[in-house]
Amino acid sequence: MPHDHPHPTSRDHSEPRPAFDKLLSQVLAKLDHSGLLTSAEVTAQIEDMEGRTPTEGARLVARCWADPEFLDLARKDLPAAAAKLGVSMPAHPVFLLLENTEELHHVVVCTLCSCYPRPILGPPPVWYKSRNYRSRVVVEPREVLAEFGTVIREKANLRVVDSTADCRYLVLPLRPRGTENLTEKELADLVTRDSMIGVTNVSM
Amino acid sequence: MISSITRHASNAKFADGHSVQVIKDESLGHCRTPLYVRGAVGKVVSYIGSYKNPEDLAYGGSGLPESPLYWVEFNLAELWVNYSGDPTDTLQVEVYEHWLRKLAQES
Repeated sequence: MPHDHPHPTSRDHSEPRPAFDKLLSQVLAKLDHSGLLTSAEVTAQIEDMEGRTPTEGARLVARCWADPEFLDLARKDLPAAAAKLGVSMPAHPVFLLLENTEELHHVVVCTLCSCYPRPILGPPPVWYKSRNYRSRVVVEPREVLAEFGTVIREKANLRVVDSTADCRYLVLPLRPRGTENLTEKELADLVTRDSMIGVTNVSM
Repeated sequence: MISSITRHASNAKFADGHSVQVIKDESLGHCRTPLYVRGAVGKVVSYIGSYKNPEDLAYGGSGLPESPLYWVEFNLAELWVNYSGDPTDTLQVEVYEHWLRKLAQES
């Protein structure tokens, strides 16, 4: 039997998939036509999500570092803490803070798709959705972190958190040493998107 | 450290610390239990809450009754042969109750 057709070797969301694009546009056209979901509503939702950036997450992290009461609230109820910064988060899925400590480092992945705390970080980066990251970080997390330039101390525990169902996670990175005199704004400027996914640490 | 959330565990079958095995089963459609933990033995970290069953929701069902969802922790060195990291490295996954079975408690 001839075997001359190509097999898909990757299912990265970043790759073009014309058949799915066509299906999507036809479904959207039907929905729009029926009035169930208008293209204006779809556009508004996309614009809302794309208007959200890791800056919101960075402000939240800086406030957690600077204000113990706020940290306590973020631990108990992350959306309530975000609301204090003017960031709205839906009641579902469940949004949670994963606190990095000297002894424990968290790194987040969604091996099934690309679950991500979008309301507080915006759309996920392309690598987060890549098959490479999703398949490798649960098998060889220390190697993957090393590729981001991140070395976890031998003695520190590493916990990979797979966002498989109803929870979305924001990593609270460890506050770097020597930042005691910085303002909250200066602290927020240090916080990167990748540190809130857990693939890097925050440094001065 | 997982931040605390309100938990009502009245309908939850497994308690924190229970040894559980993820059921090694095929799924014919949408499912939130990753293949790579099926059949693996882990430990319940805690009950998260009860949520609509995604396997029903995905096909237009009501998702009811809600299914208890747990954080289950696996030791990466036990999950993978020749794991290259530290023996204390762990993986935490959200797993619905109907994908878990209880193992005898270790003494």
